[in-house]
Amino acid sequence: MTDAAHSTLPTAALIASRRNSPANAALVKRRYAAERRFKAFGIGALILTGTFLLALLTNIVGKSIPAFFEHTANLEVKLDPAVLAPDGKVDPATLKSADYASLTRATLMSIVPGIEGRAARKSLSGVLSSGAADELRRRVVADPSLIGQTIKVPLLLSDDGDLYMKGQDAGASSVPGIGTVTPSDIKGSITLTSTDGAFKSLVDDLTKAGVPKDADTGAIVLNSNLPSRLVAINGGLVKLQSVTPDGATGNVLLSLKGNEAASGPAWQQTTYSVPEGRRKTNDQDVAIIEKVKETGAIQKGINWRFFTSGDSREPELAGIRGALVGSALTLLVTLVLCLPIGVLAAVYLEEFAPKNRLTDIIEVNINNLAAVPSIVFGLLGLAVFLNFMGLPRSAPLVGGLVLALLVLPTIIIAARAAIKAVPPSIREAAIGLGASRQQAVFHHVLPLAMPGIMTGTIIGMAHALGETAPLLMIGMIAFIVDIPGSLTQAATVLPVQIYLWSDLPEVAFQQRTAAAIVVLLAFLFAMNGAAIWLRSKFERRW
Amino acid sequence: MYKKASVAALAAVSVAAFAGAAAARDQIRIVGSSTVYPFTTAVAEEFGKAGGKTPIVESTGTGGGMKIFCEGVGVDKADATNASRRIKKSEFELCAKNGVTDIVEIKVGIDGLTIAHAKGGKPIALTRKQVFQALAEQVPDKDGKLVANPYTKWSDIDPSLPDVKIEVLGPPPTSGTRDSFHELFMEKGAEGFDSLKALKKADEENKTKDFEKVWKSVRKDGAYVEAGENDNVIVQKLEANKDAYGIFGYSFLEENTAKIAGVGIEGVEPNYDNISSGKYKGARDLYIYVKKQHVGVITGLDKFVAEYVSDKAIGEDGYLAKKGLVALPKEDAEKVRTAALEMAPLKGDELK
Repeated sequence: MTDAAHSTLPTAALIASRRNSPANAALVKRRYAAERRFKAFGIGALILTGTFLLALLTNIVGKSIPAFFEHTANLEVKLDPAVLAPDGKVDPATLKSADYASLTRATLMSIVPGIEGRAARKSLSGVLSSGAADELRRRVVADPSLIGQTIKVPLLLSDDGDLYMKGQDAGASSVPGIGTVTPSDIKGSITLTSTDGAFKSLVDDLTKAGVPKDADTGAIVLNSNLPSRLVAINGGLVKLQSVTPDGATGNVLLSLKGNEAASGPAWQQTTYSVPEGRRKTNDQDVAIIEKVKETGAIQKGINWRFFTSGDSREPELAGIRGALVGSALTLLVTLVLCLPIGVLAAVYLEEFAPKNRLTDIIEVNINNLAAVPSIVFGLLGLAVFLNFMGLPRSAPLVGGLVLALLVLPTIIIAARAAIKAVPPSIREAAIGLGASRQQAVFHHVLPLAMPGIMTGTIIGMAHALGETAPLLMIGMIAFIVDIPGSLTQAATVLPVQIYLWSDLPEVAFQQRTAAAIVVLLAFLFAMNGAAIWLRSKFERRW
Repeated sequence: MYKKASVAALAAVSVAAFAGAAAARDQIRIVGSSTVYPFTTAVAEEFGKAGGKTPIVESTGTGGGMKIFCEGVGVDKADATNASRRIKKSEFELCAKNGVTDIVEIKVGIDGLTIAHAKGGKPIALTRKQVFQALAEQVPDKDGKLVANPYTKWSDIDPSLPDVKIEVLGPPPTSGTRDSFHELFMEKGAEGFDSLKALKKADEENKTKDFEKVWKSVRKDGAYVEAGENDNVIVQKLEANKDAYGIFGYSFLEENTAKIAGVGIEGVEPNYDNISSGKYKGARDLYIYVKKQHVGVITGLDKFVAEYVSDKAIGEDGYLAKKGLVALPKEDAEKVRTAALEMAPLKGDELK
């Protein structure tokens, strides 16, 4: 349309008359409508992808947040010389191998009285992490003069205890009891009897909630699909199993100090509103955690350990540092190999290589290689680097070599495109002023192509950062506790860590998985940010 | 400039590589099953805490692990492999061919394969025959002739089962759990039919594999959904779909008791005691295999084995039980312990 208008140079009046013709008006309208439609589709597509991205990110970040916090119980631990140095010797070896767990257990016992029987003891030892004793060990080994003193130590809660504090709790609440209750014994299965209908309100509540009475005995029988009802009496805790207005039977969770009658607010009726069948922790666990919680010793803190330690099978002890360092080392090897080889290959192919059948074949094959499934590179790595060259398994060096093979084609293609985009006039001007071919390329073309090469390289690196499949074959999908210190030490990488954690049964590992994904994304954003910064810093226009 | 940099880098890399490769090894290397991985890693960590160097445990799958394990003897070869099934005769022979002649077999515990549904879904009790009927591609009709699976609802199989569409989420064929599912549920279920029993007999006589074909297939019409290798994903999907059932290892059921409930098989609930005692039929043994030839060469390998079979690890109250491993009955555990500490090598003749 506009072309026609230009060539004939019509007068203003002619243009006006054409523009105002009804046919033209309709055409213009249709064109505008088409343009609006296209814009709307574009915006729609953006909004859709934006929503998906936002949903994904909020989901992951939301899930990961609890993993960045941890709960510790600040408890006073008596450093008993009889346990730490049984034969009076205070040397590092003895102190290292001493039984610190028994000290923390003794501390817990003093806070939670009435632990009797195997189940209760098992629950008690499940409150603290197996790593809690490590902190104690560290302090004592660092300062043996502490032995014999009582020190306050933050003891890490176990994963279940931690999850309990993070909201997966039992909804415990207590109301003072009314009436008088007499327990039959202080431990085991006992009956609680009342002469003044102490359990009437509870029976009314349960009846209102639709819990049926047993036809024979007339008692209401509780089960694990109902909220747990407990009675705190004489310093102990009884879980009720059946209730009548004048009595109840139950199991003792925390043993009683005595079996005398208690009346009025001296005994309490406790409810765990989440039924036992619907939570991870059983009533025994809850009784103990609630007791520790009551003392106010449990504190929330930032989980620095997540960033400073390596992998562990205990979710509360597991950290991302090993994988992070492993990823960094692996990418370092990849970068050191890929950038020079890729750029030089691109320069040669683009600037020096004769255009013949051979270079055509090479070019096609580079493009093909870029599309080869990554597991194939893993197999190649296994055959060449491990079996033939005898490099160590699971090493970042081998991982880096394999990933270098994987991203080389990407980098060569990107670098060639960047070099091709440099205007020929730059090259010609340099040669015209007497520069050699090589000088023209390395002094003029390459610096101008660098921003594009950088972008391509970093995209390739980001691709390498997310790979797991080729690493399977060379043994990097592994449980490795130690943080790698060199290129040949065993290591794993971030995406592998995510994969391994996501496959573990412990619920707390799901949060760790999300947190590891957040760390991986942050790593990725940092790399891409660097790419953008480098590009804008070195970009030249002509 | 670039050339110089790259040459220097290559030189640095290769020097680092060969310096590391030549050194002897004081760190145990274990490969193998992803099912045993959570347990072996726990032992590895405990072993590391007790003063040894924490072993490296790779998750390669049982078959992949066997291949690496059987590569040969030497400091650059794996010391042990995890397996969610017994070593096969062919694998044993491969090992022997490559010089791995003294293999110590250690049965470390039991894993229950459980069918489960979300709490709030319809409780159901199944037999293995019903599981077979629900999921096999071909089932025998009234006359014993194999027909394409006609059942769409559980109640079509047996009127006592709920009137709910059959939808079972399970592992893909690449998973060891899937192999176990076929062997423990589908094969045994298929044997419940007289016509298929006859087919099995005919197979043995004619050396055909028609029976195997029947129990090794699952229907592809959407009743069986391959939900990926990751058991956590299946748990999450069950939560979202109350009518679906999922197949996974017992440790996931135990860890998610708040969300999912196990399905009883032949009237036996999948719980710790039933699996340990052998009453629950969907259970399999878990193994590790150790190269005896590496004991004394790789520092701490014997101590690692001792830690693994110790009562504080595989015992009923051991730390592996906390991780979801079902302990062997006391007598069996005692036998395993003695054999492991003696390092009695496996003889190939009892293998299949």
